[in-house]
Amino acid sequence: MATMVQAVRMALHVGEERLGVTDIFGEDVGPPLGGVFTATQGLKTAWNTPLDERGIVGAAMGLALAGQCPVAEIQFCDYAFNTIDLLKLIGNTYWSSNGDWNCPLVLMTPVGAGIRGSIYHSHSFDAQATRLPGWKVVMPSNPLDAYGLMLSAIADPNPVMVLLPKALLRVKAGPGEQIPGEPDDERALSKMIDAPVGDRSGWEPRWPDTPDLFVPIGPLRLVRPGTDATVVTYGRHVPVARRVAEDLAEEGLDIEVIDLRTLHPYDWDGLKASIRRTRRVLFVNEDTEITNFGEHLLRRTVEELFDELLAAPRLLAGKHLPGIGLADNLERASVPQREDMVDLLRAMCAETRGAAGPRPAPAVRLSRENTDASAALALAYARR
Amino acid sequence: MQQLAGPAPLDAALQLKIHELMLTTRLLEERLIRMYKQGDGFFWIGGPGEEAFNIPLGLLARKGQGLDHDYLHLHYRSTGTLLAMGADPIDSLRQMKNTATDPYSGGRNFAGHSSMRKWNVVPITSPIEVQYSIAPGTAMAQKRANSKGITIVQGGDAGTAEGDFATCLVWSSRPGAELPVLMLVTNNGWGISTPASTQHGEKYIADRGKAFGIRTKVINGNDAEETYHELQEAMDYVRNERKPFLLEAQVSRLYGHSSASGANFAKHEVDCLADFEQKLIDRGLRTQSQMDEMREQITQGLLEASRRVVEEPQPEGSTVWDHVFAPRNHVKEGL
Repeated sequence: MATMVQAVRMALHVGEERLGVTDIFGEDVGPPLGGVFTATQGLKTAWNTPLDERGIVGAAMGLALAGQCPVAEIQFCDYAFNTIDLLKLIGNTYWSSNGDWNCPLVLMTPVGAGIRGSIYHSHSFDAQATRLPGWKVVMPSNPLDAYGLMLSAIADPNPVMVLLPKALLRVKAGPGEQIPGEPDDERALSKMIDAPVGDRSGWEPRWPDTPDLFVPIGPLRLVRPGTDATVVTYGRHVPVARRVAEDLAEEGLDIEVIDLRTLHPYDWDGLKASIRRTRRVLFVNEDTEITNFGEHLLRRTVEELFDELLAAPRLLAGKHLPGIGLADNLERASVPQREDMVDLLRAMCAETRGAAGPRPAPAVRLSRENTDASAALALAYARR
Repeated sequence: MQQLAGPAPLDAALQLKIHELMLTTRLLEERLIRMYKQGDGFFWIGGPGEEAFNIPLGLLARKGQGLDHDYLHLHYRSTGTLLAMGADPIDSLRQMKNTATDPYSGGRNFAGHSSMRKWNVVPITSPIEVQYSIAPGTAMAQKRANSKGITIVQGGDAGTAEGDFATCLVWSSRPGAELPVLMLVTNNGWGISTPASTQHGEKYIADRGKAFGIRTKVINGNDAEETYHELQEAMDYVRNERKPFLLEAQVSRLYGHSSASGANFAKHEVDCLADFEQKLIDRGLRTQSQMDEMREQITQGLLEASRRVVEEPQPEGSTVWDHVFAPRNHVKEGL
């Protein structure tokens, strides 16, 4: 029963053993600490870098161009902002060389609020990341997806950014989110792969035998089917949206919840099918709301589905503030909360704009089987 | 004493080869400038004034693909290095005219922005100095592979003010993890319109390496023979010791920063080509009339090539979507 951070660690181990990962590196990534969130404990290719994010991103690019398979970490995405032009360069290398040099690397970084991280440990990066053409961008919301998306990121011949919602890093797997091969007992797993407190010099992890389960980059995951409205989110707000949907079900509202998982290239066909079916959509993320990735999804929704919508499509995002304040009230007032989602969904479900409009909702149903994580995993596994 | 005597002359055949490459590079740059001024290109930037440095660099680099060969993280004044490695000058004309046939970028990037995976020439970019952050990565891979290949990274003096230069110094000299990086700075004394003397307090840029225990040297990059000897020595050190070396070469900038500043000849700067030609005349290796004839032939050849290039197809607008994502791992597969 792994947490997300343990799942990342197990995926990186599989990456080292079977997918050719050569370097896992960043600030405090190597021994003795193994990452400030412990994502890289016990990994044989993990090493510490100088405190220099531009150096980390640059070295990752150089290693990639030299045929290696690097996984670099920026300790908090808040500290990736001074690397933007290198990230841009990584994203354009294949294109600007007209298909000569691809740049296969993984960059992982914890993102978002929710741990009382104050101004420089609460930033989101999805708006920035999705403005970097040439990158694939994924963001898991549970341990199984974190494991499978990380393996796909490692295997991909392109740069892939793995955004890890830091508020979920220590959350344990829910039903259906367990990684095959890991022990059921969380204490047993901890004994195997968590570094001991104190002297670690003689410690070696015992890795459970977990398989090459790839969660494909691209397809969204249907978290909960519903008929009245669709909530599209990723990362930390996926479990929030699921709980909101469960609560609203008691009021008779049937809310569909979608975990986008891949921010780019995103699953527009899957999104569109869901929105056409429920005819109401709420996009949720915690990045600041001006030039927010959710605004792009809203724009496509308006352009392509306007006549079919029963309610104005909405975006629930972080306030356009210079920072997230430390005090609990300040953080809660800055990023989307459960109550905000409830209020908006109630209001939207009461709207019936265009109900008698020219185009009835199509009968196409989004098949749970086609988008469910476990089915996708099973399929990917079967193909190998 | 050696300063007074000057560098030892190179083998005569090598001198002649260097001369031909320097001349070709200069005439190519002048053809590119002409193309720009005639409307056959949107922008020119290049390296006239750096030939005496860039030609020896290209001749000495261990050319090829993969870890056993040198990785070259060059800048947009490096066309001479590419020519010395064997690049066809017509490909620079193609990039100037942004044709679909431009092998470096398919009409996507400016002149002087070469890229060639088969020779480990990583894509040259406009944001100066980013190459200094990237170079440690290729060097790490080479060190780990225990290969003979080294990483060569080159930039100008103005860009050394960027943090990437410090990144390269720090990452190349980590205790016990020193990297086979040859850091080159071609110092032309300018950043577009700003004299270096108004912005940099350090006497020599190379001195910055000393604080990191990095071997350094300042050379006259306008002297092809001195450059050849010093580069050879620096490369031997990096190749054999697997440790970094910072070499600063003082060079000229003969046509200004780029077409944006007019691209007119700077009469008051040292012309390394003229100096080298005089040396060859003095040594009786080539006569003025032989050089005039060479100049005429090369100029004519480049003119004809440029006429062919302007007739070559431009990339179709629909191709903007090509090569956003790679379908396979070319750099790993070496294909």
